[in-house]
Amino acid sequence: MSGSPASPLTTADGVPLKVSLRRAVRRSKLKAFLLVSPLLLFLVVAFVMPIFEMLWRSVDNPEVSTHLSRTVDALEGWGRETLPGEEAYAALAEDLREGQQARNLGLLSSRLNYEKAGMRSTITRTARSLGTLEPPYKEALIEANANWGDLDTWKLIERESTPLTLSYYLAAVDRQLTPDGEIVRAPESQRLHVNLFWRTLWMSLVITGLTLLLGYPVAFLLASLPLRYSNLLMILVLLPFWTSLLVRTTTWIAILQSQGVLNDMMVAIGVIADEARWQMIHNKTGTIVAMTHILLPFMILPLYSVMKTIPPSYMRAARSLGGRPFLCFRRVYFPLTIPGIAAGGILVFILSIGYYITPALVGGQSGRFITNYIAYHMQTSLNWGLAAAIASILLFVVVVFYLVFNRLIGVDKVKLG
Amino acid sequence: MAIPSYATRGERIWHYVFLGMCALIFLFLVGPLLIIIPLSFNAQPYFTFTQEMLTFDPAGYSLRWYEDFFTSRAWLHAIKNSFIIGIASTILATILGTVAALGLSSRHMPARSAIMALLISPMIVPLIISAAAMFFFFSKVNLAQTYLGVILAHTALGIPFVVITVTATLSSFDTTLIKAAHSLGANPTRTFFKVVLPLVTPGVVSGALFAFITSFDEVVVVLFIAGPEQRTMPIQMWSGIREQISPTILAVATMLVLLSMLMLTTLELLRRRSERLRGVSPE
Repeated sequence: MSGSPASPLTTADGVPLKVSLRRAVRRSKLKAFLLVSPLLLFLVVAFVMPIFEMLWRSVDNPEVSTHLSRTVDALEGWGRETLPGEEAYAALAEDLREGQQARNLGLLSSRLNYEKAGMRSTITRTARSLGTLEPPYKEALIEANANWGDLDTWKLIERESTPLTLSYYLAAVDRQLTPDGEIVRAPESQRLHVNLFWRTLWMSLVITGLTLLLGYPVAFLLASLPLRYSNLLMILVLLPFWTSLLVRTTTWIAILQSQGVLNDMMVAIGVIADEARWQMIHNKTGTIVAMTHILLPFMILPLYSVMKTIPPSYMRAARSLGGRPFLCFRRVYFPLTIPGIAAGGILVFILSIGYYITPALVGGQSGRFITNYIAYHMQTSLNWGLAAAIASILLFVVVVFYLVFNRLIGVDKVKLG
Repeated sequence: MAIPSYATRGERIWHYVFLGMCALIFLFLVGPLLIIIPLSFNAQPYFTFTQEMLTFDPAGYSLRWYEDFFTSRAWLHAIKNSFIIGIASTILATILGTVAALGLSSRHMPARSAIMALLISPMIVPLIISAAAMFFFFSKVNLAQTYLGVILAHTALGIPFVVITVTATLSSFDTTLIKAAHSLGANPTRTFFKVVLPLVTPGVVSGALFAFITSFDEVVVVLFIAGPEQRTMPIQMWSGIREQISPTILAVATMLVLLSMLMLTTLELLRRRSERLRGVSPE
C-alpha cells in the first residue's frame, strides 16, 4: 500500500478500483438475471397468470350488469321499499328479449339461481312467453311469473349488478346474503364446505402424525446404519417415491377392498367371518392408509437428512454421563431432530391438504377432501365462481404454510432423493 | 447399528423389537408395490389371489391382461400421448430450468430467495388448484384441448424439480476448476464442454428424469385441460379405476413399477458417477 493516500487505487487502465468493482458486480447481476428471465417469463405466463385469472374469477360478477344492463339502469335511484315502476319492467322485458335472441340467458339464469333457488326456471319460462307479452309490462310479467312480483328478486338483481361480488366466498364458507344484505348461515342441508375444510385439515393432521410415527424409526435406522447398508435400505424408501401415484392407489384398492387380498387372508386364517368382511376402502380408513403410504417418503427423507448430521458421539456422551437410554433420547437426540420433524411435517401437511386423486378414488363419501368439491364444482355443477373461491381459500392456507416452511427451512434446502 | 457392549438386557430386547418394527414399516412401504406383480398374472378377472394361484397351478396364471393392454387401441394411443407430452415438456423444462439454475447459483443474483420461492411454487400449489387455474386461463387463450397446452402445463409442473436438482449440483461445483482450466489455456467454450458440462450433467439428467416422471404420472391437469385426443396413460388408468375396474390396470401398474425401478437404478448410477467425478469416495 505505497503511494499517497489521496490517490485512490486504480486498475491497470486507470479506472478507480471501486468504480470498476461496482461495474463488474452490476454486470454479473445483470447476467444472472438474464439467465433466469426466460424461465421467469415462462412461469409468469403459464402459471402465475392462470392463478390470478382464477382469483379474479372468484370475485368477478359480470352476468347481471351485462345481460340486464337496461334493467340495472332503470333501477337507478329505486327506493327498495316497494316494487319498481313500469319502466324497470319494460327494461327487463327488453333485456330478456335481447338475451333470448342472442341465446345467452343461460349464464344469467344460473348466476341468479345460485343466489335464489328457482330463478333459473323463472327466467327461462319468462323468456319463452315473451312473444305474447303486451304492455303494461309490470302486470304482464307478474302474471307470467310470480317471482317478478317478489321484492326480493328485485333486491337481488340490484345487489348483483356490481362488477365484483363476495357471494362466491360466502357460499364457500356456507354463508349467504339475505335480500337485505345481511350475512347469515346457509340452510342446514346446504352446509357442507366448512365441514369439508375442517375434515381436510383434521385428516391431514392425522396423516402427518402417522407418517411421523412410521417415518421416525425408519429415518433413525437409516441414519445410524453404515452407508453401505443404508443405501440399500434407502432404495426401499425411494421405490414407492418413484412409483406412479395411480399405481400406489390401485394397489391399495386391490389390498383393502372387501374381496381384496387382506380380507381374503383374514377370512382364510379365520380372524373374521366371510360375511363380516372389513370395510376398509371407500371411507376414511382407505384415504388415511393410502395417503400415509404415499406421503411417507416425504417425511423420511427430510428426517434422514437432519439425523445424518447428528454425531453419534452425543448419545454416547449422554450415556457415559449416566443418563438412562430413554432420557438420553428425549433430552439429547430428539431435540436435535426437531428441524427435520418440522420440515417433514409441514411438507406432508401441505401436500396432504391439496391431495385430490387418492381421496377421489379410495375416499368414498366419508373420506372426501375439499379438493373433491373443487373438482365437483368445476366439472359437475359448473359453478366455476364457487370452485374458484374454494380453491382460493385453499391456496391461501397452502401459501401461509409454504411461507412458514420457507422461513424455517428454506425451499432451496429441499432435497429430492 | 451394532449394540454397544454396555447395553443391558432390556436394551438388547428393545433393539430387536425396534428392528422388527422397522422391518414392518419397510414391508408397509414396499409390500403393496410387490403384491400387484403376481396379481397381474391372474387368469381370472379378480383383484385377489385365486385358489389356483395360491397352489401354484399354472392354470391360475396367464398373460391375458398384458395381451389386453398391447392389443387395445385406447391404451396404446394413451401411452403414445404420454411419451409425446412427457418428452416435449421434459426438454422444455430442462432447458429453461438449467439456464435459470446457472443464473440462480451466481453470487450476485438479485432477489434470489424470492425468485426461488416463485420457481418452486408449482410443486407446492395443490394440483387441483393449478389445474382449475390453467383451465380458466388456457381456455381463454385457446390452448385448452391442445397438445401444446398440456405440454406447457406439464413444463410448468416439472420446472421446480429441474431447478432444485441443478442448483444443488451447481452449489457443490468448485468454480476454481474453471479458473484452473483457463490458466491451463482452455478457452471458455472448451472449458464449458470439457470441465463444466461433465460435472453438471448428472444433476441435469436427474432433474430431467424428475420432470419426465412428473409429467408421465400427472392426472389432474390433463383431466381438466386435455381433450379426448390428448388422453394420457394416467387418465386411462384413472377412468379405468373409476368406471370399469379390469385387471388390465394391474398389468399396467406392474410395468410402471418396473419402470420406476429402472429410473431409480439410473439415478443411483448417476449419483455414483457424479461422486466419483468430484473425487468424493463413498466411504
